[in-house]
Amino acid sequence: MSLTRDQVRAIAFLARIRVRDEDLDPLAKDISGILHWVEQLNEVKTEGVRPMTSVAEMTLPLRADKVDAGGNRDAILKNATDPVEGFYTVPKVVE
Amino acid sequence: MTALTDLDMVAAAAGLEKRDFTAVELIQAHLAAAKAARDLNAFIVETPDAALGAAAEADKRRLAGKAIGPLDGIPIAIKDLFCTEGVQTTAGSRILKGFAPAYESTVTANLKRAGAVFVGKTNLDEFAMGSANITSAFGPVKNPWGRGSGKDLVPGGSSGGSAAAVAAGLCLGATGTDTGGSIRQPASFCGIVGLKPTYGRCSRWGIVAFASSLDQAGPMTRTVTDAGLMLSAMAGHDPRDSTSAPLPCPDFAAAAGQPVKGLRIGIPKEYRIDGMPAEIDALWRKAETWFKDQGCEVAEVSLPHTKYALPTYYIVAPAEASSNLARYDGVRYGLRVPGETLDEMYMNTRAEGFGPEVRRRILIGTYVLSAGYYDAYYLKAQQVRALIARDFAQAFERVDAILAPTAPSPAFAIGEKMDDPIAMYLNDVFTVPASLAGLPALSVPAGLSQGGLPLGLQLIGRAFDEETVIRAGAAIERAAEFDSRPSRAGRR
Repeated sequence: MSLTRDQVRAIAFLARIRVRDEDLDPLAKDISGILHWVEQLNEVKTEGVRPMTSVAEMTLPLRADKVDAGGNRDAILKNATDPVEGFYTVPKVVE
Repeated sequence: MTALTDLDMVAAAAGLEKRDFTAVELIQAHLAAAKAARDLNAFIVETPDAALGAAAEADKRRLAGKAIGPLDGIPIAIKDLFCTEGVQTTAGSRILKGFAPAYESTVTANLKRAGAVFVGKTNLDEFAMGSANITSAFGPVKNPWGRGSGKDLVPGGSSGGSAAAVAAGLCLGATGTDTGGSIRQPASFCGIVGLKPTYGRCSRWGIVAFASSLDQAGPMTRTVTDAGLMLSAMAGHDPRDSTSAPLPCPDFAAAAGQPVKGLRIGIPKEYRIDGMPAEIDALWRKAETWFKDQGCEVAEVSLPHTKYALPTYYIVAPAEASSNLARYDGVRYGLRVPGETLDEMYMNTRAEGFGPEVRRRILIGTYVLSAGYYDAYYLKAQQVRALIARDFAQAFERVDAILAPTAPSPAFAIGEKMDDPIAMYLNDVFTVPASLAGLPALSVPAGLSQGGLPLGLQLIGRAFDEETVIRAGAAIERAAEFDSRPSRAGRR
């Protein structure tokens, strides 16, 4: 699969990364090269093989539904840009 | 007396116990060495004040007869992928510059509880994505080996700062993380021991996530015994990581002293790839005779899907990374680059915050997970991954450990292999299969290349059988008598 400039632009938007126009072609070339290379997996017969989602052969553990952490608002907000009165701030999203 | 920065952990612990020197003297020697070796760029942040304080506490405990154990007062460096409370944690990325976590990762908290003294946070490839430590936003790390040849060499990656720091005598051990080889390959390039434990052995809580189904923390040390000591301190069940194994930890260091007689060692024929340097092939064959001489049975095994491991990895890891790295959006922590709208703020922040390799992997991951391509790429890779794991399971019906080279070359010069991402990815051809299968694997220095650079050999074991890997690794250590040190340290 070879990617076009427009496809790279669309993926970059999905990933919310701004890509300059002059970078689109080199990125398309790089990513297409890597995709061609990984497509060698098509040689492998995988009918009926259960996909491996985790190496840990275990049922995920449950814990008691109890609050065991929290109340750290100020410590957590310390790393935020421009927090206001205990809240994160972002550009206005509702007109 | 041997210089304090030349000791291994066992010798340093004995010296502390005998009062030959104090923990403060030990850390002072390492802090001075770190300062004198700043041109290596092994550390992003040094924490001398906290280190001196922690060492003084260790000395107090020892005087009171309350020393905690073998790591009490031992200088250790922490890969800058582990969250350390109040100490900048960057993952080697601009997007986290200045980020000071409000909490401590489980692994570093465990090490602190064992009395370890932290020298600082070591440099790494950005978000642990790389095999040469050249993608760090804080500049490349130089390998302490091969200096004087006119060209600076890479230390390997992604735990390149940790490997360089251990090799150059700036700490007695360091934490690393391994997603596709990031502990073992730099250990091989820098002539030290690196152990990737079984997936689930060390808690991932508080480690900046790259590919969650692969990431695993482990020790990087001068000796195999030290790796066992350090792993015992790092490992253990943690309810805060749902994949953390609820298993007791054996005495890993003790395994290094056990004889290997009767152990069955497998040689995977598919690892004998075209283009492998003759000197690496020769070293690998030499190790077969070391095992035979120590009473082991050596047999060829087959891991038929080996050649598909790298392409599988380069679907699975970027896919998981694209999801994990979605959190870096400029809202809650890290870099924020303003924009007119929320989307523009995200896009500006992530464009400026991520370097080219991270951006490339996020885009690949986004693509292979996107509607219409998921089955063709991601699902297919998960199926091949299952076959790779099955290959190992079948081999381990016949052998107890698998012996292979760690990397297909010794360290190369900074700047090489940078134009072609796939050429760089090939560094991990021998390390990625065990990562995909979640198995424990150890790299141990076994010899020097013709150019005088260290070469590591790798032992892969059954899940949660680090002990056999350590036991077999120690057998190579004994036979190889690898005592070379980088020209930079130049003390042996």
